Amino acid sequence: MAPPEDSAVEIDGLVKRYGTATAVDGLSFRAARGAVTALLGPNGAGKTTTIEICEGFRRADAGSVRVLGLDPAGDAAALKPRVGVMPQSGGVPGTARAAEFLRLIASFHTTPLDPAALLDRLGLTEHARTPYRRLSGGQQQRLSLAVALVGRPELVFLDEPTTGLDPQARHSVWELIAELRAAGVSVLLTTHYMDEAEHLADQVVIVDHGRIVAEGAPADLTGAERQLRFRARPGLGLEELLSALPVGSTAKESPAGHYLIEGNVDPGLLATVTAWCASHGVLADDLRIERRTLEDVFLELTGRELRS
Amino acid sequence: MTAAPAPRLDLAPAPGAVPAARMVLAQTGYEVRSTLRNGEQLLLTLIIPVVLLLLFGGTSLLDLGTGDRIGFLAPGVLALAVLSTAFTGQAIGTGFERRYGVLKRLGATPLPRGGLIAAKTLTVIVVEIVQAVVICAVSLAMGWHPHGDPASVVALLLLGTAAFSGFGLLMAGTLRAEATLAAANLVYILLLAVGGVVFPLDKFPSGIRAALELLPISALSDGLRQVLQDGAAFPGKPLLVLTVWAVAGLVLAARFFKWE
Repeated sequence: MAPPEDSAVEIDGLVKRYGTATAVDGLSFRAARGAVTALLGPNGAGKTTTIEICEGFRRADAGSVRVLGLDPAGDAAALKPRVGVMPQSGGVPGTARAAEFLRLIASFHTTPLDPAALLDRLGLTEHARTPYRRLSGGQQQRLSLAVALVGRPELVFLDEPTTGLDPQARHSVWELIAELRAAGVSVLLTTHYMDEAEHLADQVVIVDHGRIVAEGAPADLTGAERQLRFRARPGLGLEELLSALPVGSTAKESPAGHYLIEGNVDPGLLATVTAWCASHGVLADDLRIERRTLEDVFLELTGRELRS
Repeated sequence: MTAAPAPRLDLAPAPGAVPAARMVLAQTGYEVRSTLRNGEQLLLTLIIPVVLLLLFGGTSLLDLGTGDRIGFLAPGVLALAVLSTAFTGQAIGTGFERRYGVLKRLGATPLPRGGLIAAKTLTVIVVEIVQAVVICAVSLAMGWHPHGDPASVVALLLLGTAAFSGFGLLMAGTLRAEATLAAANLVYILLLAVGGVVFPLDKFPSGIRAALELLPISALSDGLRQVLQDGAAFPGKPLLVLTVWAVAGLVLAARFFKWE
């Protein structure tokens, strides 16, 4: 394991229980300095609990957590100026005006960002004097992000930073996170959005039921494998098609009329499939070759049943 | 958000916290501004006390058992002002800050928890000074002639503030915000009614009266009256009663307050 000064966050064997429920069950990973690390998982996977232990809000039942080489509970006073925190929701008084609250937090720091410039960057200048409770959900999210960044931290914890944002605001926040990374800030974020993790993260940690189910760079997780999809009338004889395909290929129909071929998707395989379709008078509609997305990986690993 | 290029921010890390005293002052300034801007708070801290002075001081609606109506009322209304700010306002404000995660979020900034409590205490004192100025000005205009030792008055007001703050924070830090809202208002009304604020305690039967005199609001209004109306040098019993309440409230709050 690398020395702790190379890690922004280092978690080893973390366990957290609430009563009889185990929220985090032996989690270990590290978030590199100057990189964006995404904690990805369904609701209730233990993402927020993990991040709140890193922020010093909760105590671990077992295991160790080091943040910038320090103990988030014991070294809180030394860590707080260096770490920016964006909670999942709330945290700003309803009557506080956006700029007023941001200026207050800025005044705790020695060399803060200019609050007005930061509001401008996040599209909140028009709402500088609006009380927090009258901001839209997306505006509240952006103010919350501004509060996390205004002290020019070395490390930021962002708990679902783009939930509730419209596409424009979401891309603007993505750009800001990319700029943070370019400026050498370490970022640990949680998200439900696969495209967000795929787009932003150097390292993705997929958690479920408080354990890690996969981790790696997005490209490593999705792999180089391609798949072929098309639509046609339901009930094609797939066994006959499979016998024409190279050994190791798979073909399935799910849902009815939607076909998925996996295996070594090369020009020969594509030609075989289209030739087979032609010989059976089948028009392969919406035919496409695609790579697995992080979403495919995620659903494979965490299942398709709904989480509460 | 438009297509215009967004301004560049220098996001390179440059962390650092200013000295704690500066953070406390900044937080106090912010809290005082929010309190004085809040309509419901102003009703509680300024409008109700002034209305009580004008209503019962300027008319004979209520038998105060004395000819010196304003001399009786002004100390009671000062005590009520301390109750409204240190207890009711602080309990409700802090209760909702806890509920909405504001205390938690401030806990993630360099402002230490002790610094936040210090800022809240300073805020209460600043608001009380504003209240005292307004109440004294209205009372003087109504012919009030206060007597006595200013040091005893300040000691009574500070002990009263400590006692009410302790119980206000205890409530805010243990109950749900809605429960705190209801309970803090109920306690305010009850203490206004039975704490010798505007209704003299000698109207109550003597057994009940002896018990009511042990309430912090009665000790504060009675102590202030002993000094300001009667010119007493050292209101021993009220000071003792307030000290006991202050110690109990602050110890319980320190022990049971939950930040989230």
